[in-house]
Amino acid sequence: MDGSNDLKKVAYYPGCALEGTGHAYNRSTKAVGKSLGLELVELENWNCCGAMEVKNVDPKIQTYLSARNLSIAEDMGFDKVMAPCNGCYHNLKKAEYDLANDPKSVEVNERISAKAGHDAYKPGKVETIHALDWIKKAVGEEELAKRVQNSLKGIKVANYYGCMYTRPRHIFPEKDKGPGSESTAKPHFMDDILAAAGAENVEFPLKTACCGGAHSLSDSDMSTKLVLNIIETAEACGAEVIATECPTCHTGLEMHQVRAEKVLGRKTNVKILYFTQLLGMALGLSASKVGVQENLSDSRAFLKEKGLG
Amino acid sequence: MPIHEKSLIRKENLVENENLIIDGVDVSGHWSTFITGRSLTDYNDDMQDEIAALPGGENIHRCWQCGSCTNACTVNAVNPEFNPRYWIYLIRLGMEEELLRDKDIIWQCVSCNKCTYACPRDVAPEGVMKATAHWLELKGHTPKSPSTEFDEEFSGQVIKTGKIEESRVIMNFFRRTEQPLAQPWLVALIKGLAFRFPVFYLMRMGMAVVRRPRTRNWAKSRRAINEYVQEVEAANRAAVGAKGGH
Repeated sequence: MDGSNDLKKVAYYPGCALEGTGHAYNRSTKAVGKSLGLELVELENWNCCGAMEVKNVDPKIQTYLSARNLSIAEDMGFDKVMAPCNGCYHNLKKAEYDLANDPKSVEVNERISAKAGHDAYKPGKVETIHALDWIKKAVGEEELAKRVQNSLKGIKVANYYGCMYTRPRHIFPEKDKGPGSESTAKPHFMDDILAAAGAENVEFPLKTACCGGAHSLSDSDMSTKLVLNIIETAEACGAEVIATECPTCHTGLEMHQVRAEKVLGRKTNVKILYFTQLLGMALGLSASKVGVQENLSDSRAFLKEKGLG
Repeated sequence: MPIHEKSLIRKENLVENENLIIDGVDVSGHWSTFITGRSLTDYNDDMQDEIAALPGGENIHRCWQCGSCTNACTVNAVNPEFNPRYWIYLIRLGMEEELLRDKDIIWQCVSCNKCTYACPRDVAPEGVMKATAHWLELKGHTPKSPSTEFDEEFSGQVIKTGKIEESRVIMNFFRRTEQPLAQPWLVALIKGLAFRFPVFYLMRMGMAVVRRPRTRNWAKSRRAINEYVQEVEAANRAAVGAKGGH
């Protein structure tokens, strides 16, 4: 990533989840961007990235789906596309990697693109970044701290990144590059951003644990156990809030928190909020501006008690 | 004295005679415990090649059995029977019968990619798990798993319209797997929402069902992807020697 200027205006790929269950993430990401003077231009006529499902039918269909989105960004004149959803982010990154390294993926992408009537995306044209990269690199902690109107002081946060933001390592060539870069073993960009907003991040060992999101409905008992472990560990670490940066993780935590209570009789109290919701409220936005009402879980009383939103 | 090692042997392979005297020595009960001898003759020589030919299985031959995958595995921590290293071992040796003992849990891989992250040999065990689950279904050893049902429902919608609409995926998935939609926890969740924001939510859900999200001018992409899907499905069936439709 070079300089912060070209990050002030980037292409935006919200993806399907952010138009459905993850709408609060969409709303809060846009609101935070606006509040920080950053511009997002939505990809015109984008398609689904294939999430975690299409690759199981065949991985190269997913390569095509993501490549089509990357070519839209290119056609619109962007060399950066920002995807807040871990699934979308991961798949665009994977397509970029596969098209640069796997001739068979290139061949299939070219074939499907030709039949579909558009140019095939060539790797190296568009860089995919996450909402965390975007805010951290375009604004930075120092500037964020200056803009905070409503500090998250005294709020204990466990930052939860999930699987697809860091694994598998090889599709994220910019990570693990020493100071300043993101770590795949112990990611910290969300910690950095929320610390700048005043939050008290707790030491949380399950930052990149899996919530079982791929089998949230097809193997619910497994997902409930995995989520409960994450939530109970966060509580044991002293967290009042789990900050999320992925709609699948976020909805998974919310759903299986309820399911753990109903099915296993294990009630937990930690609140689940998108990092953009916490950041937005710290920047002075109201709870409704960052879509707190759209979350499945109800954290309004907690936020009120903390003087937020 | 109990024989502690018994726990390592499958029950059906342990033999114990209640009343047995050998050369005038009474060895009744646990004194006569022994493990039945076994010799394997039914190796499936094609199993590794078949699984390697399916998407994700390509690098299985690289495994040198270090066990990093199982050590890192999310599902293994919940269910110790879920053991990618062991399954890769069985596949590489062609021990089909042993593998089939675990056929009903292999699909439970959650694709967290911790194994792939840990693997020093680039086997991509996550892909191998998917390929193995796929192989079990293509061979008719298992019915379609709930995960496959979900993947097919989801992918079908993406290919059809270019986008997905979550409530439609959820409803169709429950229908496909013959589960009631009114799961108590799902009801609790929706009730909570409806109680807080009745009008807003009902309107948005209703809109999503009526006005299906779709990518414009998708027809050519749909046709091209469908052609490709048919091609790979035929290739997968041919690779495992399966006949006809899946």
